[in-house]
Amino acid sequence: MTAITRDEVAHLAKLARLDLSGAELDHYAGQLAVILQSVARIGEVAADDIPPTSHPVPVENVFRDDIAMPGLDRAEVLAAAPATEDHRFRVPRILDEEEA
Amino acid sequence: MSNAQLTVPFDEAMTRYEPIIGLEVHVELGTNSKMFCSCATAFGAPPNTQVCPVCLGLPGSMPVLNKVAVESTIRIGLALNCEIATWCRFARKNYFYPDMPKDYQVSQYDEPLCTNGWLDVTVATDDGPQVVRVEIERVHMEEDTGKLTHAGGATGRIHGADYSLVDYNRAGIPLIEIVTKTVIGTGPLAPAVARAYVAELRDVMRALGVSDVRMEEGSLRCDVNLSLNEPGAGWGTRSETKNVNSLRSVERAVHSEIERQAGVLDGGGRVIQETRHFHEDTGRSTSGRSKEQAEDYRYFPEPDLVPIAPTRSWVEELRAELPEVPSVKRARLQSTWGINEFELATLVNAGAVELVESSIAAGVDPAAARKWWTGELLRVANERGVELADLPVTATQIARVESLIADGSLNDKLARQVFEGVLAGEGDVDVVIAQRGLAVVSDDGALLAAIDEALAAQPDVVEKIKSGKIQAAGAIVGAVMKTTKGQADAAKVRALLLDRLGVSE
Ligand SMILES: [Zn+2]
Repeated sequence: MTAITRDEVAHLAKLARLDLSGAELDHYAGQLAVILQSVARIGEVAADDIPPTSHPVPVENVFRDDIAMPGLDRAEVLAAAPATEDHRFRVPRILDEEEA
Repeated sequence: MSNAQLTVPFDEAMTRYEPIIGLEVHVELGTNSKMFCSCATAFGAPPNTQVCPVCLGLPGSMPVLNKVAVESTIRIGLALNCEIATWCRFARKNYFYPDMPKDYQVSQYDEPLCTNGWLDVTVATDDGPQVVRVEIERVHMEEDTGKLTHAGGATGRIHGADYSLVDYNRAGIPLIEIVTKTVIGTGPLAPAVARAYVAELRDVMRALGVSDVRMEEGSLRCDVNLSLNEPGAGWGTRSETKNVNSLRSVERAVHSEIERQAGVLDGGGRVIQETRHFHEDTGRSTSGRSKEQAEDYRYFPEPDLVPIAPTRSWVEELRAELPEVPSVKRARLQSTWGINEFELATLVNAGAVELVESSIAAGVDPAAARKWWTGELLRVANERGVELADLPVTATQIARVESLIADGSLNDKLARQVFEGVLAGEGDVDVVIAQRGLAVVSDDGALLAAIDEALAAQPDVVEKIKSGKIQAAGAIVGAVMKTTKGQADAAKVRALLLDRLGVSE
């Protein structure tokens, strides 16, 4: 059973801060079910002797030396933002979270 | 509504409920560069001056792990008696909040680098010091988030704010999360155990030199999980109190949350699983958002970072280089300094062990070093509400003052005035002495003049002394100390004046 329920889609939409209508929920539930089914087919092919992997190439322990280097120019960085104030990024208030 | 809630006094709550605590401590590592990029990590740098494509989450940027951050985490794990994973990965913790520009935080989820450790802490009880073993569930790596300032509202808090301003300097600084297993059976000691654990952890971090662990700058932060067990009724629901930013607050947060939850339960209510925010000013917490479930973060292995597989030889190399752990070190210092458990506990609670140690290394007599740090200096630290280590006084300065006391240039009272000047930022010891004109009047001529003046002013006292009531000399000594503004050696004044009157003791 790989189908995704309408409630699950609604929950995901909420987490993704997407405001979906009832019709859209049905629409995406159908589309997502197809994606899940396609992925599930890969699971059918996988044999027991093939371990699941998160990375395409088996590489481990890639590290960087702890040396600080200059980053980007602030003016350049802030110029790319939709709104700034006081050398900071200005973002809309977030209502459903308490202060960090 | 949470403010008006009924609370049950602590002692009474303890007669009916058993507190169960869990502590999550975040430690910012003191690396030169960030966790996954080469940006600098200086505290207090101008906003958004330590940022790059990686920590700004710009498209196409790729993270590369800081080797020292991994090493530090392994060392922390080893110091906390943990097992070090042979293979583990990072995961993405997905959430939408502007403190992370990527819309996810790179963290470790089901594969932490260190697991199953413990840390012994000592708390004072009526029956003497008691050792409590706090078990460690995990130590994992993650990246710190950016700093938000809520603007436009009247309170500076998010409610009422019109918008927020974000500084990403802190985003991506290596952060280590240390999570305890549930601590049970501590009863009324729970607040003290929580505090002692965070204090001990701080000392371990300091000994390892992996972080400056300054709670007031946020490089050590603590979340307190607490639930109450009503014997017979089973474990209750836990709350998570955030924003606990001092050792004293850790203790107060546990204390006040016990009183609050007991009030809820006594009133027939139900404790809800939620995040609460601790307020330093009131010592109480207020309700925050109800906690998102772990699956809501949709963790998955971070594809941009390769797995970490620390070789056993690397781990053993790091183990061999571990410094002496604070508890062992304290036992050693206790015997070297010849102090008892209580005196040691006073030093530990005051955060004075290292300070006394470095003062002694600078040449100060052990007893004098303890006297200054747990006396006058501790008093000032408490008055200012800062940690002892943050007072602008150095071991060298204490050594200088002590040597001036030893050669008779200063007395105790003057020495306190010297520190008062040093703490007020008036300059180094000798500068303060010169500017304030602090020096014991050792010139016999000047002292004798002051003595003669005092004797002349109090002929009745002189008669008493002459008739054998030598204790009356105190009045003359007092008068001389007053004229010399405390800058005389009282014993010397006494000897001189008795000599003057031809009286011997
Ligand atoms: Zn960066």
